[in-house]
Amino acid sequence: MNSRPSAVVFTAVGLLALAFGGVFVDAAWLSRQRAGDVSEMSALAARLGLTDLALFTEARYTRHPSQADLHSAFQDHPLALEHFPSGSLITPPRHEILVRATASPD
Amino acid sequence: MIELRDVRKIFNQGQHNEYAALSGITLTIEAKRVTALRGPSGSGKTTLLTLIGCLARPTSGRVSLHGRDISGLPERFLTEIRRQTFGFVFQQFNLIKGMSALENIMLPAYPTGQPHAELTARAEALLERLRLAHRGNARVEWLSGGEQQRVAIARALINNPEVLIADEPTANLDTALAKEFMAILESFGEEGRTVILTSHDPLVVESAAVHRVVNMRDGLLVEHHD
Amino acid sequence: MKFWLERQRHLIDFTLASLARRKAKNLGLLAVFTLLVFVLASVMLFSHALRHEAALVLKDSPEIVLQRLVAGRHDLIPPGYLDAIGRIRGVQNTQGRLWGYYYDSVVKANYTFMVPPDGGIEKGTIVVGPALERERGLAENNGISFRSYNGQLFSYTIAKVLPRPSELVSADLVLMNEADFRAFFTYPEGHYTDIALSVANPLEVRNVASKLANILPDSRPILREEVLRTYASMFDWREGLMLALLSAALLAFAILAWEKASGLSAEEKREIGILKAVGWETGDVIKMKLWEGGLLSLTAFLLGFVAAYLQVFRFNAPLFEPVLKGWSVLYPRFELVPAIDGLQVATLFFFTVFPYMAAVLVPIWRAAVTDPDAVMRA
Repeated sequence: MNSRPSAVVFTAVGLLALAFGGVFVDAAWLSRQRAGDVSEMSALAARLGLTDLALFTEARYTRHPSQADLHSAFQDHPLALEHFPSGSLITPPRHEILVRATASPD
Repeated sequence: MIELRDVRKIFNQGQHNEYAALSGITLTIEAKRVTALRGPSGSGKTTLLTLIGCLARPTSGRVSLHGRDISGLPERFLTEIRRQTFGFVFQQFNLIKGMSALENIMLPAYPTGQPHAELTARAEALLERLRLAHRGNARVEWLSGGEQQRVAIARALINNPEVLIADEPTANLDTALAKEFMAILESFGEEGRTVILTSHDPLVVESAAVHRVVNMRDGLLVEHHD
Repeated sequence: MKFWLERQRHLIDFTLASLARRKAKNLGLLAVFTLLVFVLASVMLFSHALRHEAALVLKDSPEIVLQRLVAGRHDLIPPGYLDAIGRIRGVQNTQGRLWGYYYDSVVKANYTFMVPPDGGIEKGTIVVGPALERERGLAENNGISFRSYNGQLFSYTIAKVLPRPSELVSADLVLMNEADFRAFFTYPEGHYTDIALSVANPLEVRNVASKLANILPDSRPILREEVLRTYASMFDWREGLMLALLSAALLAFAILAWEKASGLSAEEKREIGILKAVGWETGDVIKMKLWEGGLLSLTAFLLGFVAAYLQVFRFNAPLFEPVLKGWSVLYPRFELVPAIDGLQVATLFFFTVFPYMAAVLVPIWRAAVTDPDAVMRA
């Protein structure tokens, strides 16, 4: 009977718990490291007036989700239901109805 | 030391298969003696053993230990008393497979929270005494019948109980091993441990190591032999 | 206290020995559980960090973007619109924007062509995003030709490539001079794609938008808060793929727990009987089982979570790339800023560890409270 099983397990779980704590420390460190990139992006977005991330470039209307209108998806075909994969990840934006009713519905 | 007063045990009470294992036992077990319960199967001797050893409670009647009534105690206290006072050797040994002999021996002492090193030392000492020291780390399923029984005895002794209870201890042993067992029993008797066992093996019942034989039949005592 | 600690250690020793008896099965269980936590935690960390990043990056986008709709579809801003807006109180700046999409059939990718509001691009040159540099092998001073929608070929020189770290917003951009833009897309003079307005006071934005809607009834103002809200609900767990993933995970977990909770084998029942017979209380048996469930699920959680963190933030989420990329040709390479929501982590912990511990406990409850004399009878 060498080392007790409980001792082995305690060490293992202890190490994992340390790793878990380390995750938060690393997150803080990486945040600081990468903050520069974020401010660069933010500055570019402000300068160019960008409104969307360039994540979904598969179709024209998926590229700027915040600017898309509800009819964009149907612009190709009346029965063209959502056929791009990014449609399952991000929904059309919900735009509020302004205090005064506008001429065109949203 | 252990007193039973008009103890009855009925199983499946109120159901169609109601069965009275014990129909009124009044008995006193003396301390530091080897007592054997003899009787055919169905006589209730195993049931009596479970009641004496606090493994179950009587349906009616009283069981007292050192003058203290234990039949009405809540489970927690009963377990503690059982752990401290009684050690069991089962007919089927009931060792836990996949664990070593030493681990099996220490098992009853786990809930007491004693340090691991202490328990290991005690267990090894017991194995030594039973001449099994070299098999301490072996898995119990690899041990022979006689070795398993010795492990079962060691397990029963880990908490250093006053009373050792054995149910049909020689039922699964050949004559040589049975004689060996009786020798161990004799040493217990000499060191002043109370032993209660059931058997219908004449080798056991008629042995010099046994101080008293209690006969049973159909859930009742028949006559006393001294 | 010392006794209590030692006692728990003994219980743990026993439960581990018990687990070790069915090594393969229990390791398999651990693996599945860890995988489950890994997937859930990865998705959780990734979507939260991306949402967080979007919020940071887009916080300075225009307060109001005004679009014009004709028959419910986007149309160009005609000349005179800008003047019609005139001077609304609270609006600091009104800017006509020029941007559009171009489909490059060579690589089958969509680009966003744009004229920077502050100009600065020389005629005949363009500034391209980093993804173009990658996919089409462009570099400074290279030349490139695009065929416009009316069949004409236009050539430009690359003046600059936008910095790599900004890929998340600039991957597919092509910035050009206004005259070039109008020539390329045959954009009618005086027309714009939309109008960006900056409003100083955030509380005034809605009022301004209402006024705009009054002045220009066929327009649609998009507020910055709506932009941010679009990205706040990105990867919402109620949507399509996310819902499917969550359902699958829940199902897997339910199966795991059910497997555990669906009764005891005769061997296990016997073991518990033996434990009780040799002096273990019901409480001891239950504690031992709780340790079993707790240690397994805790290990799975810690392992799965740490692995998820590493996958998402240190290895840049290679598992999510195919999902997000979809059918895109251009996909930005970006390193997310780690943003961890403690509440989400805690929720994940509580909903993995405790249900599993409960599932382990259910089948043994019966056996644990039974009187030990049944063991004698065996």
